[in-house]
Amino acid sequence: MVTKIESVKDYQMQEKANTETKPYKLETRNVNVYYSHNKVLQDVNIQVQPNTVTALIGPSGCGKSTYLRLFNRMNDYIDTFRKEGDILIDEKDIYHKRTKIEELRKTVGMVFQKPNPFPKSVYENVAYGLRIQGINKKNLLDEIVEKSIKQAALWDEVKDDLKKNALALSGGQQQRLCIARTLAVEPSVILMDEPASALDPISTAKIEDLIYKLKQHYTILIVTHNMQQAGRVSDKTGFFYLGELIEFGDTKQIFTNPKNEKTENYIRGRFG
Amino acid sequence: MTHLEEELKQLKEAVIDMTGLAISQLQKAKEAYLKMDTEIAQEIIHNEKRMDAMELSIDRDCENIFALFNPVASDLRFVIAVLKINSDLERIGDYAEGIAKYVVDFNKTINSEITEATHLTQMFDVAISMTQDIMIAFEKKDNTLARKVYKKDVELNQINKNASKVISDFVKKEPEMIRQSLFLFSTIRKLERVGDHIKNIAEDLIFYIEAEVLKHKKKK
Repeated sequence: MVTKIESVKDYQMQEKANTETKPYKLETRNVNVYYSHNKVLQDVNIQVQPNTVTALIGPSGCGKSTYLRLFNRMNDYIDTFRKEGDILIDEKDIYHKRTKIEELRKTVGMVFQKPNPFPKSVYENVAYGLRIQGINKKNLLDEIVEKSIKQAALWDEVKDDLKKNALALSGGQQQRLCIARTLAVEPSVILMDEPASALDPISTAKIEDLIYKLKQHYTILIVTHNMQQAGRVSDKTGFFYLGELIEFGDTKQIFTNPKNEKTENYIRGRFG
Repeated sequence: MTHLEEELKQLKEAVIDMTGLAISQLQKAKEAYLKMDTEIAQEIIHNEKRMDAMELSIDRDCENIFALFNPVASDLRFVIAVLKINSDLERIGDYAEGIAKYVVDFNKTINSEITEATHLTQMFDVAISMTQDIMIAFEKKDNTLARKVYKKDVELNQINKNASKVISDFVKKEPEMIRQSLFLFSTIRKLERVGDHIKNIAEDLIFYIEAEVLKHKKKK
């Protein structure tokens, strides 16, 4: 945030540089989503840069989670789902008929609101995705499991008993285990749907700290009802309301000087 | 280190950098004045742009920290203190620039008799020393050192108080020196104000460290 400033001109240039673009990791172009005849997302255009955290905020039912699920095509399981427009990862249309869903879901991991570890040991939870991919050599599994659990900031708490049943962990530990499970298959994108809303404040702080550190290696899209959380963890924020993307911009700008009155009212707690 | 801790650390470093620049400006102002060196004076005027830019940058960083992190307790006091300290440092920079502008404008040899009589050099030294003390106090969270600047400020106030009589007596003796004398008097006033701003910074620092409000109280 703070860099060497020589003059007011430098300061202004730095402010401008902070908004310059790079090749996009994720992008949606003119996306509309319908559940049957009900339009739930309208003309959404978002560009997400690599190695950033983008928060999606808005009142309940505004379409944030529907938007999130576009990127791993989980909405496909809803019979009435229909979409228009383009959804791109690394500039490739993920809804192209040649897209392999299994490959997509290796690239795009997801963490849900309620921690959902498998009823298996800590080790096996993380190794599961690797075994499905055909990785069975113990040394390699051990290495990747340890690396993933360390990345999820859980290693010190579980290293002495990796055979422990995951369901015996605390809520916060379970959620970090789910993150480790996601990381094991080396995604490049992580989707998080209110990952801390079921957790206590200490566990929430640990998850938020983890998100901040993970962005060095991953691109993260996070849905949250907690505006302060969006402020703490994200680089960019998108505000949704009734299926529309009302405003999208730098989190600093959204929380200090939102351009749209609806955004201002929402973040000030005037509605939602 | 959490994200907030990193931001606060960077903010602290920015304030230390700005204070360092303020010290440098005052040191150059002393040299520029005593030697009537317009080159050094121009350097001070140029560097003032950096002070202004730093002030803007720190203001913006504080705003962002408030908006994004909702700091509480000592973190909140720290950011509030930095916001105020920032303003005081910028004013100190302005005073150094003001002295530099006089040097550029006057651009003649000064009368050393009146300069010595008013203890101007001592005043510069005390002001610089106070600024150095407050920088160390800020860096080390040293409330004892912060409190020491009050005593030094008394010295500045005394010099300032005596200066008007000394200068007016001098002008009566040598009326053609009126312009230089006014310049000198204004410089002394500026240095006295530097002391006041350092005292403000000390109060803000003590507020941050001890959560004690010293403003408008009799100083211990």
